[in-house]
Amino acid sequence: MFADHLQPNLSPETVERTPNRNGYGEGLLEAGKRDERVVALCCDLTESTRTNLFAEEFPQRFVQVGIAEQNMASVGSGMAAMGKIPFIASYAMFSPGRSWEQIRTTIAYNNSNVKIVGAHAGVSVGPDGATHQAVEDIAIMRALPNMVVIAPADVHEARKATLAAAKYEGPVYFRLGRSNTPVVTTPESPFMIGKAERMFSRDDAHEVKVGIVVTGSLLFYALMAAKELNKNGIGASVLHVPTIKPLDTEALEAFASEHGALVTVEEHQVIGGLGSAVAEHLSETIPTKMIRLGVHDEFGQSGEPDELIAHYGMDTKAILEAARKVVG
Amino acid sequence: MQYLTSDEVRALELKANSIRQSIIEMLTEAGSGHTAGPLGMADVFTLLYFGILKHDPLNPDWEERDRVVLSNGHICPVLYATLAHAGYFEMEELLTLRKFGSRLQGHPHREALPGIETSSGPLGSGLSQAVGMALAERMDNPYSSKFFYCLTGDGELNEGQIWEAVMLAGKEKLNNLIVIVDRNGIQIDGYTKDVMPLEPLAEKFEAFNFDVQEVDGHSMRALNDAIGKAQAVYSQPSLIIAHTIPSKGVDVFERDFRWHGNPPGKGPEDRVSRDKQSAVALEKLRTLAGTIEPQDIS
Repeated sequence: MFADHLQPNLSPETVERTPNRNGYGEGLLEAGKRDERVVALCCDLTESTRTNLFAEEFPQRFVQVGIAEQNMASVGSGMAAMGKIPFIASYAMFSPGRSWEQIRTTIAYNNSNVKIVGAHAGVSVGPDGATHQAVEDIAIMRALPNMVVIAPADVHEARKATLAAAKYEGPVYFRLGRSNTPVVTTPESPFMIGKAERMFSRDDAHEVKVGIVVTGSLLFYALMAAKELNKNGIGASVLHVPTIKPLDTEALEAFASEHGALVTVEEHQVIGGLGSAVAEHLSETIPTKMIRLGVHDEFGQSGEPDELIAHYGMDTKAILEAARKVVG
Repeated sequence: MQYLTSDEVRALELKANSIRQSIIEMLTEAGSGHTAGPLGMADVFTLLYFGILKHDPLNPDWEERDRVVLSNGHICPVLYATLAHAGYFEMEELLTLRKFGSRLQGHPHREALPGIETSSGPLGSGLSQAVGMALAERMDNPYSSKFFYCLTGDGELNEGQIWEAVMLAGKEKLNNLIVIVDRNGIQIDGYTKDVMPLEPLAEKFEAFNFDVQEVDGHSMRALNDAIGKAQAVYSQPSLIIAHTIPSKGVDVFERDFRWHGNPPGKGPEDRVSRDKQSAVALEKLRTLAGTIEPQDIS
């Protein structure tokens, strides 16, 4: 059954869809009102990243850096050194994609209080094609010491992640999608950095069990798959892991022990993302059979978001197939 | 602008000479590291820390301090030596440079050592950070008299990020930003004019809305005057092109790009053999300072 704090009556036909970058825009504005140290920087994508809400309210605390992501990362570090809480936003492919070394040296190594916001992550960017579809960002950010890595599920969680990042002292990366993302959580759903949340609990009448571990925008598909599996004799649960680093190892170990077999789901390369993080941890603690869903060592392409999610095997159908296979 | 008396100039020159000796000693002990840049920039660092900066070595985090951002992190031996001479930490610690467990990392680490404003090494990002600091200060206090000094190499100006930062500094008219470029004409692979020509350098920065001065980077008076003028520039960031001699002070090392990344004992042997490089360098410096020791005469 669904966790009680989720949207009621979730189904593909009725679910509301909103880009989670809207949650960033609202959250940033709210964080800016709460704390005057919050400043925003952007690389000529102010409207697209929804930084414009903050920029219009606080023009003196907004820096238009121009199309210069490497500069933006280090300017953000310099501002943090003076006590500011900079949010630096661009598309994930460019920041952190292009500016990784600047982020490593001037933000992570300095342990700077900079928040890196990568919009347009995942293949669901759609028609723009592979050049703009960041599916490696979690991997490259997860490898950095001091860095927190978050993939919010939807617009509400993106807002909460923004507010939590503003309060957290240290470097944070979070990714946002471009397209309309199913709204699964509510303003009341819990969110804490470093905490995984059980979003669907299996029907314990079923003997065969499977755990679905998901991050970011694919939470809805995982929930739909779990619902379907439970109707068909497999006790499936969903653990949502918005914070990929630091990983909620306690929740993960309990979830793995309870289910015995896992499917991981992420809109990212299976190399280096959530699936890797889960496999790395469990192989040293509770070795668990698992199938990792995501992009399999290839680039994206143009198309509509839904058809790309289906093509790369990350939709409800793909999760159902993987779940049946991993318990079979 | 503060006028320097002859006595003050002499005192600064002697201090720079002591710092150069420390640089030779620490590099020799480390067995690796950069020689040409640190020796070449010793006069600039000395003037900054002993003549220009508002700072407090006993309270390195003092909010009102001026900031020095070293963008070309590989010349950190001169920064470390200057900080130690200024009293930020004990002189003995200089000999731990590049060793396991040392706070004096091969390239500066802000989290390790007091007085370091940023971690640097990968070239080009220090200037962006100085721009960020200057911007943040202006947001809080448009009448601030705090200055942000960014030191860069000339080879470093090859980096694209430098010009991204320069564009933003010019756009934002950051008059609290003073960039000093070490124009020593060399980089690892050779002379800057061969690796990647920079001239006309002054005109390039002027085109990006910088006020530009060119000075002798070994003249305390010229540097002091230039920094004073840069502080008085009203609506532009400043660039001071400090023309320096690589390895300045040790004539047998000077002007040779092969001294960029080698310590005494591992440098080119055309003018002095490796086993004598360190001792000869120290003797030259003591001679220049008029402090010849018995072993220099024997």
